[in-house]
Amino acid sequence: MTLYLQPKSVDEAVQALSENNLFVLAGGTDYYPARVGKPLDDNILDITGITGLRGISERDDHFHIGALTRWTDIIETALPNYFNGLKLAAREVGGVQIQNAGTIAGNICNASPAADGIPPLLSLNTDIVLASTRGEHSMPLAKFIMGNRKTRCASDEIVTGFRIPKPDHPATSTFLKLGARKYLVISIVMVAAVVEIDNGNVGAIRIAVGSCSATAKRLHMLERALVGQPIAAGIGDLVSESHLNQLAPIDDVRGSAEYRRDAALTLVRRAVEELVADK
Amino acid sequence: MTEVNFSLNGKETKVDVEPVRRLAHVLRDDLGFTGTKIGCDAGDCGACTVRLDGRQVCSCLVPIAQANGAAVDTVEGLSENGALNDLQEAFHLYGAAQCGICTPGMLMAASDLLDRNSNPSEDDVYDALGGVLCRCTGYRKIVDAILNLGDTAAANIIEPEIGEAVGARAAKLDGEQKVNGTEIYGADEAPPDALWLHAVRSPYWRATFSLGDFEPIKEKYPGLVDILTAEDVPGLNGFGIYPDVKDQPVLAEGFVRYRGEAVVALVGDADTIAAIRDDELPISWQEQEAVQGFGPPVADDAPQLHDDRPGNILANGTTLKGDIEKGFADSAAIFEESFATGFVEHGYIEPEAGWAQRVGDRIEITVTTQSPYMDRDEVAIIMGLAPEDVRIIPTACGGGFGGKLDQTVQPLVAIAAWKLNRPVRCTFNRLESMAASTKRHPSRITARYGCSNDGKLQSYEFNGDFNTGAYVSWGLTVKDRVPIHATGPYFVPNVRAESQAFFSNETPAGAFRGFGVPQAAIAHDSLMDMMAEKTGIDPLEFRHINAIRKGQETATGQKLESAGLDQCLEALRGDWKTWRAEAENHNATNTKRRRGVGVGCMWYGCGNTSIANPSTMHIGLTGEGIVTLYSGAQDIGQGTNTTMMQAAADGLGIALNQLNLVCGDTDFTADAGKSSASRQAYVSGNAVKLAGEDLRGQILRLANVSENASIEFGTGKLVVQEGDTSREIDLSTLPTTENGEVLRGEGYFDPPTEPLDENGQGKPYGTYGFAAQIADVEVDIELGTVKVVRIAAAHDVGQSLNPQQVEGQIHGGVAQGLGLALMEEYIPGRTENLHDYLMPTFGDIPDIKTYIIEDPEPTGPWGAKGIGEPALCATAPAIFGGIHHATGVRVTHAPCTPDKLRAAILSKDA
Repeated sequence: MTLYLQPKSVDEAVQALSENNLFVLAGGTDYYPARVGKPLDDNILDITGITGLRGISERDDHFHIGALTRWTDIIETALPNYFNGLKLAAREVGGVQIQNAGTIAGNICNASPAADGIPPLLSLNTDIVLASTRGEHSMPLAKFIMGNRKTRCASDEIVTGFRIPKPDHPATSTFLKLGARKYLVISIVMVAAVVEIDNGNVGAIRIAVGSCSATAKRLHMLERALVGQPIAAGIGDLVSESHLNQLAPIDDVRGSAEYRRDAALTLVRRAVEELVADK
Repeated sequence: MTEVNFSLNGKETKVDVEPVRRLAHVLRDDLGFTGTKIGCDAGDCGACTVRLDGRQVCSCLVPIAQANGAAVDTVEGLSENGALNDLQEAFHLYGAAQCGICTPGMLMAASDLLDRNSNPSEDDVYDALGGVLCRCTGYRKIVDAILNLGDTAAANIIEPEIGEAVGARAAKLDGEQKVNGTEIYGADEAPPDALWLHAVRSPYWRATFSLGDFEPIKEKYPGLVDILTAEDVPGLNGFGIYPDVKDQPVLAEGFVRYRGEAVVALVGDADTIAAIRDDELPISWQEQEAVQGFGPPVADDAPQLHDDRPGNILANGTTLKGDIEKGFADSAAIFEESFATGFVEHGYIEPEAGWAQRVGDRIEITVTTQSPYMDRDEVAIIMGLAPEDVRIIPTACGGGFGGKLDQTVQPLVAIAAWKLNRPVRCTFNRLESMAASTKRHPSRITARYGCSNDGKLQSYEFNGDFNTGAYVSWGLTVKDRVPIHATGPYFVPNVRAESQAFFSNETPAGAFRGFGVPQAAIAHDSLMDMMAEKTGIDPLEFRHINAIRKGQETATGQKLESAGLDQCLEALRGDWKTWRAEAENHNATNTKRRRGVGVGCMWYGCGNTSIANPSTMHIGLTGEGIVTLYSGAQDIGQGTNTTMMQAAADGLGIALNQLNLVCGDTDFTADAGKSSASRQAYVSGNAVKLAGEDLRGQILRLANVSENASIEFGTGKLVVQEGDTSREIDLSTLPTTENGEVLRGEGYFDPPTEPLDENGQGKPYGTYGFAAQIADVEVDIELGTVKVVRIAAAHDVGQSLNPQQVEGQIHGGVAQGLGLALMEEYIPGRTENLHDYLMPTFGDIPDIKTYIIEDPEPTGPWGAKGIGEPALCATAPAIFGGIHHATGVRVTHAPCTPDKLRAAILSKDA
């Protein structure tokens, strides 16, 4: 007999997790595709019935996104320009069906190198919030994701949400995805970028590249090089190949490593250009 | 088990099921709401889209537990008081449904959109429906339907007058059931007591195996009724589409030649079959070295696939005309190039599915198929039965494109149902469908074309190798068809075209829309562009100069009586000039995103190659006055259920809406041949016309009037009118035959073909379809991505039986051609699902302008020729021409994915 538990609260959920080895299921958009033609015999903790984990709220110094927030919620919620990149990424997650069911936490916990949600959240300096019977704690998202489909989520923990610090300056963001077709495409390369504008100059900039390493990567060296630069067209020319050295793309059916590196450079340049356009 | 309560189309519904069960499976299997289709069970195709609390979701990804307390809306709930709602009506009238398998998902996604946005833009439609794949329509008519919602008049549908059905834009006669969810496909119905069958398949490309003791697993799973092995095959354990080649086993006998080959079949109740993992079966494998790709399978020391196929060579094909060396000596411009294409997946959204039952000493198989009679004959051999003791009852077919010609579920369910004397059903899941079923042949082509200074083609040399995978399937057809079509639709005095098909330990390559011609078209039309450039002649005009004309001879020496390529090119000339100029204008100021316009041409012999491929059709008249067409021409979405009726109506002289249809059941319809090779409009269209004329002739003779008389079909009577004379025939006075009819007309047509001699000379086809297409593309130079901006397609169809169906075929063919050109490559073992294997989505298919050219074929019904395959073949060459115009890169490898194009752009600039 397999278990299928539907807790109503985080407390109930973590209690169940402390007692059983359970597969945490939310939108189901990664669970079922991995089981085509296979038995559905996992012990399941369906957390979609937990109240209070869905939605985006503004708090003192940060924004909070609940774990069960659907991609459609992100698209439909009025948010500052700071979230433009996340909204663009939300539109690229599968089709509308997937956006309606899939949750932001599910996308992160699945930890695919091509997860659309990870680069924008990295570029937003996101902390992930986890809960267990041992209590609640948070850590930077970059630390949480350890590798291809590997995270620091302990077997007794669930993700409850994401904390996104408010920017220090007026900010905007973008997201670019490269795939071989328009919809329902796993990216070859994607880039998320955020800029905070301080007196006409780059106050802070954060750029993350996905699908080019086992996990999406922030380009810290490039970010440091761009801070203080004037917000003006041509900023993309400051991006050089060496700024992408920390990427470790692989060859697969979607593209060669060499191509990914080349395309990432183009997309990063375009992304930073977009950030300064019309500013 | 958990009790789940939800509202289904507004009605409170309760189920008691496993909470993790997919909503799609509950709807279909537990509640009988089969309007919701399953294409992949993985959220990749959107066929199962329903609305959950108003929002579109893939019901294959929703645990039924999450539906508790929710509102679920399915296609069955759209109709209002039994009538189509506005959206369904628009889909029906605008031709938005072809095979119809994706239609419920499209409708549900669209209804979600329209509830939120009553006046959507084209982009809104793309975004909202982008999660649903369609393989037939190229999406254009779906967009039209939604944007023109409520404007039924603009669809220009007519209900034709008597004698005016052929050529009329009549709505699909089976269209309503495709938009209201009542159409029944292969997986939709089976008796409640049917057992389920699942084939366990080889995980290795090449291996020997032995089977252990089945008793432990049978004990573990009481619901496992039987495990079928090769020993359970009552007749010959082999199938194959040629009468003398039955090389593919239904269940392997100790040796497998590809990953995905069926080894044993589990039969039992649904839950048991779903619970058993393949690796629980006692099969011990000894993997062997597999030979794959081009080269290794034909190496001297390569392991052999089949004892009777030395060197892993299947066969060679040749077409020889004139003297190519003399031709090249006479040429001023000569170009040689090599080309490569990969496996391509059919990607029909309906997986293989069907069920069988034993009825006395006969076996009946209800199945999705393109070829009921071939199924019948194949199953008869496998079962050791007479063909008459096998009955094939086709369901609606949710897409075929050549992939539903070979045997898949048919022999498996037949063997099981026969042995167990219980109904047995089987539905392939997407992974096994992709791993097991046939693909387009990968090709390696080297070709050399020469022309004179004034651009006249002089000589063509072509060598094409085709990987037919582990089994013959349609490999012989491809190796025959390719050299015949190798030159392209041009007049060439000197030709040497040779093909070879070889075996490999890969997925069998079989029939796929074009049978090798799309691969050959990439080669010949790339060379056409090169010669045009060299001679300084516009690429379109270069083709116009060389377009084969009526009265000219093909490479096989066949004199053509219908050849409309020159007219196709003339139709495109205006768009061509405008688009080329616009592209060049654009490029004058843009270096990073460059436009280009290319042209591609094709031809395609309608029907099977140099063999008899007749069609027989009947039209019956009962004593009550009911007129019925008995058609064996399977509708696979292309619309033969409508076009055959149009031909029958005009052949007989009856109103289209007075005619009934029985389609495909081998107990009631005669053999119309396969729905493949673009043959039904031409071959079966003729047979239907003749059947109508035969019945009409019988009636006129009964009334003793001349051919000029008209017939009014009434209840129980006919009124025959000629001038002032009117005669009434009381049908009840006529003797009734055993099939309950008083009169029956028969039509038979076999295309006039001749065998080819040792040089490939002869008349392989009765007629040929022709086409030219132009593609306007935008290339992102820095990323290597290609966006097709617009396409214009001109097709010579001889005579359009129904323009909406012709346009639909063109749109769908263009979409598949675009996929072949830019994104589709099936990599065995790596892209066996619909997220790694990419087919075009909404937003990938541009506006398509169609020009229907009618150069009548004297032997065609009203002049008609085929359109199914011609629609696809010219698209990739046109796109590749556009890429060259934009970038200067000559694409020689399909698909031209972003990484390949970017590399080519960089190496060109280096």
